[in-house]
Amino acid sequence: MSSSAHNEARRQLQICNACRYCEGYCAAFHSITQLRTFDDNTITHIANLCHNCRGCFYACQYTDPHEFALNVPRVLSEVRSHTGMEYSWPKSIARLFHRFPKNMAYIMIVSLAAILLIMIGLPPTTGKGFYAIMSHNVMLTIFLPAFLIPLMGFTVGLRRYWRDIGGRSIRISHLSEGLRQAATLENLSGGHGDGCNFERHERFTHQRRYAHHAIACGFLLCLASTLSGTILHYVFNQPAPYPVFSLPKTLGIPGGLLIVIGCLWMHGLKKRAHPELSDSSHAKADDVFLWLLGLVALSGLLLFGLGHTILMPTLLALHLASVLTFFLLIPYSKMTHAFFRLLTLVKHAQGKSILNKN
Amino acid sequence: MSKHQTINFQPDILVVGGGNAALTAAITARKFRKTVVVLEAAPCAYRGGNSRHTRNFRCMHRAPLGVLSDQYSEDEFLDDLLKVTRCNTNETLARIAIRESESMYHWMEEHGVRFQPSLSGTLSLSQTNAFFLGGGKALLNALYATAEDLGVELHYDAEVTHLVISGTEVNDVYAHINNQELQFKPSSVIVASGGFQADIDGLCRAWGQAARNFIIRGTPFNKGQVLNNLLQQNMLSVGDPTQCHAVAIDGRSPKFDGGIVTRLDCVPFSVVVNHKAERFYDEGEDLWPKRYAIWGRLIAHQQDQIAYSIIDSQSINLFMPSVFPPVRGDSIEELAQNLALPAKELAKILQTFNAACRAGHFDPNCLDGLGTVGLKPQKSNWARPIDQPPFYGYPLRPGVTFTYLGLKIDESARVESRCGPMANLWAAGEIMAGSILGEGYLAGFGMTIGSVFGRIAGQEAARHV
Ligand SMILES: Cc1cc2nc3c(=O)[nH]c(=O)nc-3n(C[C@H](O)[C@H](O)[C@H](O)COP(=O)(O)OP(=O)(O)OC[C@H]3O[C@@H](n4cnc5c(N)ncnc54)[C@H](O)[C@@H]3O)c2cc1C
Ligand code: SF4
Ligand code: SF4
Repeated sequence: MSSSAHNEARRQLQICNACRYCEGYCAAFHSITQLRTFDDNTITHIANLCHNCRGCFYACQYTDPHEFALNVPRVLSEVRSHTGMEYSWPKSIARLFHRFPKNMAYIMIVSLAAILLIMIGLPPTTGKGFYAIMSHNVMLTIFLPAFLIPLMGFTVGLRRYWRDIGGRSIRISHLSEGLRQAATLENLSGGHGDGCNFERHERFTHQRRYAHHAIACGFLLCLASTLSGTILHYVFNQPAPYPVFSLPKTLGIPGGLLIVIGCLWMHGLKKRAHPELSDSSHAKADDVFLWLLGLVALSGLLLFGLGHTILMPTLLALHLASVLTFFLLIPYSKMTHAFFRLLTLVKHAQGKSILNKN
Repeated sequence: MSKHQTINFQPDILVVGGGNAALTAAITARKFRKTVVVLEAAPCAYRGGNSRHTRNFRCMHRAPLGVLSDQYSEDEFLDDLLKVTRCNTNETLARIAIRESESMYHWMEEHGVRFQPSLSGTLSLSQTNAFFLGGGKALLNALYATAEDLGVELHYDAEVTHLVISGTEVNDVYAHINNQELQFKPSSVIVASGGFQADIDGLCRAWGQAARNFIIRGTPFNKGQVLNNLLQQNMLSVGDPTQCHAVAIDGRSPKFDGGIVTRLDCVPFSVVVNHKAERFYDEGEDLWPKRYAIWGRLIAHQQDQIAYSIIDSQSINLFMPSVFPPVRGDSIEELAQNLALPAKELAKILQTFNAACRAGHFDPNCLDGLGTVGLKPQKSNWARPIDQPPFYGYPLRPGVTFTYLGLKIDESARVESRCGPMANLWAAGEIMAGSILGEGYLAGFGMTIGSVFGRIAGQEAARHV
């Protein structure tokens, strides 16, 4: 599956390997300097280790206008886009979103229309609060498959990815090392702990790490909130809505706030970052995803705040539509990076020597 | 291009150049609350001269220091220097550079430079050389950011053409900025504009037309205008004007700015021939770091200044990866064809070489003593038959690192003229390195000299105004 991105990455990494000045920045460079030649799978692995910190661009003496025209962060991000498509299923859909990220917005509109239609067409006869607008069973019938089917397709792709990068059976130590690197975002620390070059160009800051973790922690809190709600519903027979001092709310509200803040923060950083240093369609898809995630969180928060007003049905429709879109797009959106990244870090932990058939 | 709308034509201190020495001097002077203007000939994207290609600096340390292991004493350091320069050095200045290098490590860290353990493939330097994380350009980014934050006025695309001197005083400095010739009247001047290796005509005066085929490893902006201008105005010079540090590099490199990646470490494991497929020197005379500079000169004396290093599949992984893939051939004939070498002659010379190899233990990591028998010129080490296809070849050309000619300075980095020490002119970096490096080169010492004398020049110039 040699792509033009892979070939260009091969050219650039060969130059890096003769130089190695960036060795201390990140795990991608640790891998590069242990190899002599780079086959496609190795390049895919290296690309997914790269966190686009951009250190190796600003430090490079060979960037444009130099004839070597190195731009490692960009070419690795192009390989990642390619990986995203290559390992998703079905590929044709992935390509559609990759080429036209705005299609994601259309999914949102269609979801909203569908949710509204269902609300109008299938009004529940009983139920309180939200369930007076859409019954619990209807919700389940929509959201369970909308969540599980794309996820299953995605898992198939992930397995293929794991095999291609030469993953072996995972030990606890590999997993904990991979999780440690993900949790500390070590690869965005610059190797010296000053942070990354994302939005302040030659200068280092920790902003991207913080913004990322605001989103990530918010997301995990919301996930925990949903899980606790499910348990309360099924195990303790306590359906929503929940009061402020309930588990779902004490997890969900800070979670939602963190996501909204993180998404806005990240968006601001992306606006300041140099667009030439990542794959442009990738960056656009990321943007759409940030908006979507932000919308899920914001509509959830609004629903909590204004759930007792006449705005409730509208807000509920908006929230459900954004969640539906989010679920449907999991295999084709930035969401996948969490899984690819984690697997790649685990693989990196598994013996830092990579498969290399040449 | 210039970051500043207005230009201060009468700064306390004018710094000529934008590399490591210049920025170190500018930052130091600015910390004395002086107004400082830096004129850098290169555009912003290429700022930083040869310093942007560096990877480390040599640093004395009495105990483990940051990324540096063990210790490296003043005497050990000096010994190493005396060996490579064959005592052709000024010991007083050398000791200053060595002694101050230790505190320079901290100075750099304070100003945003970060270090990393010695790069894979350079273990032999882990005790002596501190590697910059991200290399020289990352170091410069940190220094430029510091200078900017401190309020140093930086101008790019600003080429200094000449200085007006009367007696021991610099009165004016002229520079080309935005296609205009502008006149500066600074109180003090620090020149840190490097050597003249990018001036090909200048090299030709010393080397003849052969120099046209040389490759310049670093910046095209070090043309030596300021150095020449000063030498024409009674400044004292040091260093052999005809000498340059030239190493054997990949013949396919860009004419300028190819930097570190174009080096090739395959020679000791190869047979090197000229364009007629003749051998001309012992490829295995010594460890490569001790010989690569000799090979620059050797190749400069071959016709068309080109040579070819031939190896086989046994040795292809024994050295650091090359920037361009080697030329390949499944047979010697095919390789000769791909390298445009006479096939019969190449086959014959390899046959003769292979026949002169003897059995013995081959060890790429030390002088293994595996020499040829009865071959002229001999190959003293690593002589193993080249007979395992596929065969590989690399074209080699001389790559110039720097020139030796420089300004003579005293212990306070003050430039010396025929009329005595200059009142308001200091020099730092490559432009005065000849004061310490009479010949030879010690890896990482160029940056040490630039940093230490940059700081001294900055201090002294600031104290003057
Ligand atoms: C490929 C390569 C690798 C090297 N690696 C190392 C290493 O790892 N360690 C080490 O110690 N040394 C190394 N060296 C040597 C090292 O680069 C020099 O010793 C050091 O950079 C000199 O610093 P400098 O500031 O004096 O000169 P430079 O960094 O060359 O700076 C000179 C500056 O002056 C500017 N300039 C020139 N003319 C004018 C003018 N007329 N007007 C205005 N500005 C002008 C230039 O644009 C440039 O900014 C290496 C050299 C090369 C070529
Ligand atoms: S990005 Fe540039 S400086 Fe960094 S290792 Fe690659 S070639 Fe060297
Ligand atoms: S952008 Fe950062 S993370 Fe990616 S390869 Fe370069 S230094 Fe490593």
